[in-house]
Amino acid sequence: MKKKPLLQIKNLHAKIGDKEIIKGLNLTINPGEVHAIMGPNGTGKSTLANVITGKEGYEVTDGEIIYKGKNLLDLDPEERALEGIFLGFQYPVEIPGVSMTNFMKAAIDAQRKYKGQDPIKPGEFLKMYREKQKMVNMPDKMKNRSVNEGFSGGEKKKNEIFQMAMLQPDLAILDETDSGLDIDALKAVADGVNKLRNNDNAFLVITHYQRLLDHIVPDIVHVMYDGKIVKTGDKNLAKELEEKGYAWIEEEYKKSKQNA
Amino acid sequence: MLSKEEHQDKVLKEVTEQEYKYGFQSDIETEKFPPGLNEEIIRKISEIRQEPEWVLEFRLKAYHAWLKMEEPKWAHLVIPKINFNELIYYAKPKPKKKLESLDEVDPEILEVYEKLGIPLDEQKALSGVAVDAVFDSVSVKTTFQKELKERGIIFCPISEAIRDYPDLVKQYLGSVVPYSDNYYAALNSAVFTDGSFVFIPKGVRSPMELSSYFRINSAGTGQFERTLVIVEEGGYVSYLEGCTAPQRDENQLHAAVVELIAKKDAEIKYSTVQNWYPGDKEGKGGIFNFVTKRGICKGNHSKISWTQVETGSAITWKYPSTILKGDNSIAEFYSVAVTNNHQQADTGTKMIHIGKNTKSTIISKGISAGKSQNSYRGLVDIKRGAINSRNYSVCDSLLMGDQCGAHTFPYIDVENRSSIVEHEATTSKISEEQLFYLQQRGLDEESAVNMIVNGYAKEVLNQLPMEFAVEAQKLLEISLEGSVG
Repeated sequence: MKKKPLLQIKNLHAKIGDKEIIKGLNLTINPGEVHAIMGPNGTGKSTLANVITGKEGYEVTDGEIIYKGKNLLDLDPEERALEGIFLGFQYPVEIPGVSMTNFMKAAIDAQRKYKGQDPIKPGEFLKMYREKQKMVNMPDKMKNRSVNEGFSGGEKKKNEIFQMAMLQPDLAILDETDSGLDIDALKAVADGVNKLRNNDNAFLVITHYQRLLDHIVPDIVHVMYDGKIVKTGDKNLAKELEEKGYAWIEEEYKKSKQNA
Repeated sequence: MLSKEEHQDKVLKEVTEQEYKYGFQSDIETEKFPPGLNEEIIRKISEIRQEPEWVLEFRLKAYHAWLKMEEPKWAHLVIPKINFNELIYYAKPKPKKKLESLDEVDPEILEVYEKLGIPLDEQKALSGVAVDAVFDSVSVKTTFQKELKERGIIFCPISEAIRDYPDLVKQYLGSVVPYSDNYYAALNSAVFTDGSFVFIPKGVRSPMELSSYFRINSAGTGQFERTLVIVEEGGYVSYLEGCTAPQRDENQLHAAVVELIAKKDAEIKYSTVQNWYPGDKEGKGGIFNFVTKRGICKGNHSKISWTQVETGSAITWKYPSTILKGDNSIAEFYSVAVTNNHQQADTGTKMIHIGKNTKSTIISKGISAGKSQNSYRGLVDIKRGAINSRNYSVCDSLLMGDQCGAHTFPYIDVENRSSIVEHEATTSKISEEQLFYLQQRGLDEESAVNMIVNGYAKEVLNQLPMEFAVEAQKLLEISLEGSVG
């Protein structure tokens, strides 16, 4: 039996200010799938992540996003999160004075409240916290530190994966999680993702480079260019891009535009 | 759909419409003096409190000094003219029935304190906290006096201290804040009523937190409390004060004087959670909080630590300060000052270094929202003889919305070459990025703002005695719920 799509994006157009960034994007993600979106800088990859998660400052001018059968664009950012959409940030912000445990407890409790459950018991919470820390190879001492404050680049990214493990989203979008990571951190991040993969959830991995995809093997690879998905293939497309770069995609795209 | 600005305005509006929780008025009959300030009123205050002659003399000297003084105008505040002859300087609750003993409290007043969350019944009281409850001009009850007395600790209303320990009071009253110190201190010295008196004998650590709870209830009344804390050699006390007042359209004046004396190796921790009625959202009503607080680290190796969470009052003029006289003495000032709507605050500290190797720390966190004005004003004064002294100051301001102001006025005066002064200051807004980050994890906007603000103020809140830290945290949330900058 074919599963219902988790996310369907149809003819999406979005702009920041007067500038159109997404120009007619289509994408369908089914449960159990790992999608990768690749492409040169400035083609709208991060904008797509921000539009899906509802960040302020983006205006959707056309098209729709259906998530679990609901019109996603009607929901506030926190409702989208509570509905199971998680964004692993490219640049996680620091929140001074707010400890990681307090932050995570609040997030978990918000989720539970949304489902009509009581707040998590402290013992249960700490047990889960320790398990997930171990899973992404994060030292225990991190839990007393303020959110992202004084974290190294690698620690910040690991921390995003850790939060993902805690919140167990249905759709996780990882925005350039690999940027600025050394190979060990990259492996730890990929490891975390692979452990969380299952038949019910889905991942959208946004990356500029192929190397992350050596560790998180995608089912489907898309190439984004000029605000659209211009090519879709399997994991071999990523390898091809690694070898040939993006120039041929650009040329192909320009040619097809001329012919049209 | 609302634009971003409209949305922010809407959220800010929701905040500013938050009701003041403690604004209820209690219909308690009071015995009041007629309004007005003159020698006769002062004599009457002294007489009704059965004070010795020297106290009256102190009052009258202060009154005559005050007459020659002018209101300070240097603060970044717009203060309406106060007509001191329209104020009532003494109001005492009058019990409906005759009370059996001195220890008995009018049930109606007990009810008021219950409603404020301060049970005066020792059975119900927060364990480990003794309370002196001051209602308008008088102390209505001081709990756990007996237990404290067993250790030689005196904790009582200052009126009682003047009666029972006149020599102690005479020695120290006005020794840190002289009656001629400033306009409001002079006024207080002339008309002061109740406040708390604390004496910790040599080598004794107070086994419980001592606290005073001030309530202004009567209309048209000023509150002029006077607090005196003396800690002998090697002693320790942690003292906390809280305050609220009913919601009224006219302004009311609260002008207090607090004096702390720490002897050799002694330590005083003084915390304030100030939640006087701040006025309504149009800026009508509210308490004028003009307070002089000063401590002296008299002996070597003594320590005074001020912590304040200031969320209330229409206008706050307050600079808890420390004179570091003893060598190696330490002073700290931790402050969170929140202003919203039309509130104005000009607050900070003075650290006067006299002794050698003295050390002071200032951590000030201002939060301004609405149309409020919030200023930090501080002086670090390192005298010539205070060699090898150090000061470290951090003054941060957080702005919410675009109609409020945050100001920093740091003064630094160092008279020797071996001392080091460090000053850091930042001004920030709650960033969109921080808000979005928290919302992306499922927190709604209000919870996200609360979390960021509490994180910002954490360094100060951590200094409060544990029993009160949670309370203060809630207070911050109520004062600011939902403001987005």
